[in-house]
Amino acid sequence: MSSWSAGWSRAAAVLDRPLGAWRRSVSLRVVATTMALSLVVVAIVGLLLVNSINGGLLAAKEQSSLVEATAGTSEAQSLMDAADTGPTTPSASRLVDSVTGGLLARAGSPGRVVALLASPPERGETPERIGVAGGGPGGDISEASIPLDLRAAVQRDSRQSWTYTEILYTNGATVPGLVVGAPLSVPGAGQYELYYLFPLTEEQETLQLVQRAVLVVAILLVLMLAGIAYLVTRQVVSPVRVAARTAEKFSAGQLTERMSVRGEDDLAKLATSFNDMASNLQTQITRLEQLSRVQQRFVSDVSHELRTPLTTVRMAADVLYEARGELDPAAERSAELLQNQLDRFESLLADLLEISRFDAGAAVLDADPVDLRALVERAVDAAAPLAERKETEVVVTAPDTVCLVEADARRIDRVLRNLVVNAIEHGEGRPVEVAVACNDEAVAVTVRDHGVGLKPGESSLVFNRFWRADPARARTTGGTGLGLSISLEDVRLHGGWLQAWGAPGDGASFRMTLPTKVGGSMTASPLPLEPADAGGRGRQPLRPYRDPRREPDAAAPVPSTAGEGGSS
Amino acid sequence: MSDVKGRVLVVDDDTALAEMLGIVLRAEGFEPLFCADGAKALTAFREAKPDLVLLDLMLPGRDGIDVCRSIRAESGVPIVMLTAKTDTVDVVLGLESGADDYVVKPFKPKELVARVRTRLRRTEPPGQENLTIGDLTIDVAGHAVKRDGVPIALTPLEFDLLAALARKPWQVFTREVLLQEVWGYRHAADTRLVNVHVQRLRSKIEHDPERPQIVVTVRGVGYKAGPS
Repeated sequence: MSSWSAGWSRAAAVLDRPLGAWRRSVSLRVVATTMALSLVVVAIVGLLLVNSINGGLLAAKEQSSLVEATAGTSEAQSLMDAADTGPTTPSASRLVDSVTGGLLARAGSPGRVVALLASPPERGETPERIGVAGGGPGGDISEASIPLDLRAAVQRDSRQSWTYTEILYTNGATVPGLVVGAPLSVPGAGQYELYYLFPLTEEQETLQLVQRAVLVVAILLVLMLAGIAYLVTRQVVSPVRVAARTAEKFSAGQLTERMSVRGEDDLAKLATSFNDMASNLQTQITRLEQLSRVQQRFVSDVSHELRTPLTTVRMAADVLYEARGELDPAAERSAELLQNQLDRFESLLADLLEISRFDAGAAVLDADPVDLRALVERAVDAAAPLAERKETEVVVTAPDTVCLVEADARRIDRVLRNLVVNAIEHGEGRPVEVAVACNDEAVAVTVRDHGVGLKPGESSLVFNRFWRADPARARTTGGTGLGLSISLEDVRLHGGWLQAWGAPGDGASFRMTLPTKVGGSMTASPLPLEPADAGGRGRQPLRPYRDPRREPDAAAPVPSTAGEGGSS
Repeated sequence: MSDVKGRVLVVDDDTALAEMLGIVLRAEGFEPLFCADGAKALTAFREAKPDLVLLDLMLPGRDGIDVCRSIRAESGVPIVMLTAKTDTVDVVLGLESGADDYVVKPFKPKELVARVRTRLRRTEPPGQENLTIGDLTIDVAGHAVKRDGVPIALTPLEFDLLAALARKPWQVFTREVLLQEVWGYRHAADTRLVNVHVQRLRSKIEHDPERPQIVVTVRGVGYKAGPS
């Protein structure tokens, strides 16, 4: 089955180019169809024409030939009869010679041949050739030119018969011809047959000329029809192509692109409707852009307006906090609460602003080549105080060679910190494993914890805004609930994937995959999402979260079995 | 305030924030001076002759970027921007207009003080230290860079950057290492600071800033001193 389909696809690939042109070009299709159909029509018409000309030519020839042959035969018969009544009866052969000579002299025109044959006493015997007169282009005529059927008919019916045949010359040349035969009785010598052979060379030449002319005309006609079809389709297709090009430019962002409207025909209507559609779209897009600009502007303004007083509050709180030892217990606790909640407020504000920047489409990628290992190392270092507090070991597995990737270091750093901090916070003191791997097209990091893990279906929810695995834990673990949403946006901005795996009691694993070049394509991640050691209690079927907007469905980079891809 | 560590000009229109900055700076031993109007900032700067300027990017009267450019045009005094905008465009614009460093609002007092201290520190060891990089000679104690005896004017930050590269000509500096050595950051991933200042430095010292010979980019890693 698979080899069959492979063979099929190979064959399809070979056929692809001409088939592609056939599929893509309307004018090619119309011209080809026109040519094929007109070829059939012209062939039928040409055949009919040639046939009727042929028939006409032969009918005329037949008529004149028969008249001539009848006249010749009756004259020969009268000569014979006259000889018979004469005083001396000449010998049969002499008589025949003189008759044929006379006939030939009368026949005159070259190529016309007269043969006088003796009727054999019994049928089937070779006819005795008495005399043949006249010659053709190929020298002397052979009496084999006279078909036996005709001779039989003449002998049987004793009257004039004729047929078409090939006239044979003694040197082997043949021409089509008409043979007219009639019985001739020679007094004292018995039954003879007189045959007139009329070569149809002239008629054949005429016919060939006509055929050639018809052929040339047919070819010219077909070509001209193809040309006409091309011109006509061009009239229709070129506006359509112009429309396609305009639509392409339009969709590429040149919103002022319009079609020119000429006349009042269907094409003009097409152009008008297209332009109407374009104007409507342009208005909508401009409005949306305006909205987006307003939103961005608003975010930026809110950001600034909020941040300045917040800075003052922050600094004031810090001063109070530093001096809390000099305050009474209630004021001291208040200073502490103020300080802590300000931290929370700040990070919430920062995350909200970041998310609205993504939503407004204002996020810009500032990519430089960086070593992913260095970024991971830094993120792990930054999380070291937290790891110490949680008594969690963070194990990093990275290749010895540099893992270069074009990335926005600030964003990827934020993603990695987020993943590592999350893993430590949910790891319940068990080790957190961080793995780095890279190949030519992609780099990947997995962060794995051995905490409570994710329930079935939760791996697709973790990236939702303000989603929490356990609402009751929210207050204690801190965080804004926006971290993974921002991380997903950050990774998406790079054209990468951020995926989650988890099983209850088996911990969770997050994998970030980035193309090595911005805008590059990836088919698979260098690291498996599901850890090799997974599969203990209550293992959930693998259902990693995928970003449907970015990731190809069929590429299926996610390994279906644990351990595929090796290094973890 | 007997032992003043430095005079800091605070250019900010928000009086509450300016006052708060004053409280924090004073507590750390700096002498704060204030200016609330961008249009008057340059005059205030000329009169006060501060050791460092804290400059809010959003100012009435005159844009903080403009103020930054004017101050930089006549002085190499360290400028630290206060900004509420973290977008790369805004940050890079501020840095390109001459700011040495920036602090994003809302910042913690310690963070600000650390930035100010780094920019004001004078760490040069006593005694003569002469370095060469490319065809430049650096007199570290005298804070002077010369090419063929002709001095090149660098800001203290650009000087520090060049000196850091020149001290270890065999070493490739990652942006992170430079951030730590020159700006005093730890675990920072913001490479925009380094990129912008390397560009500014190159425009002053390179023969052809498009094809740098003195501060060489090592793709994917960072920068190093070019061969002498």
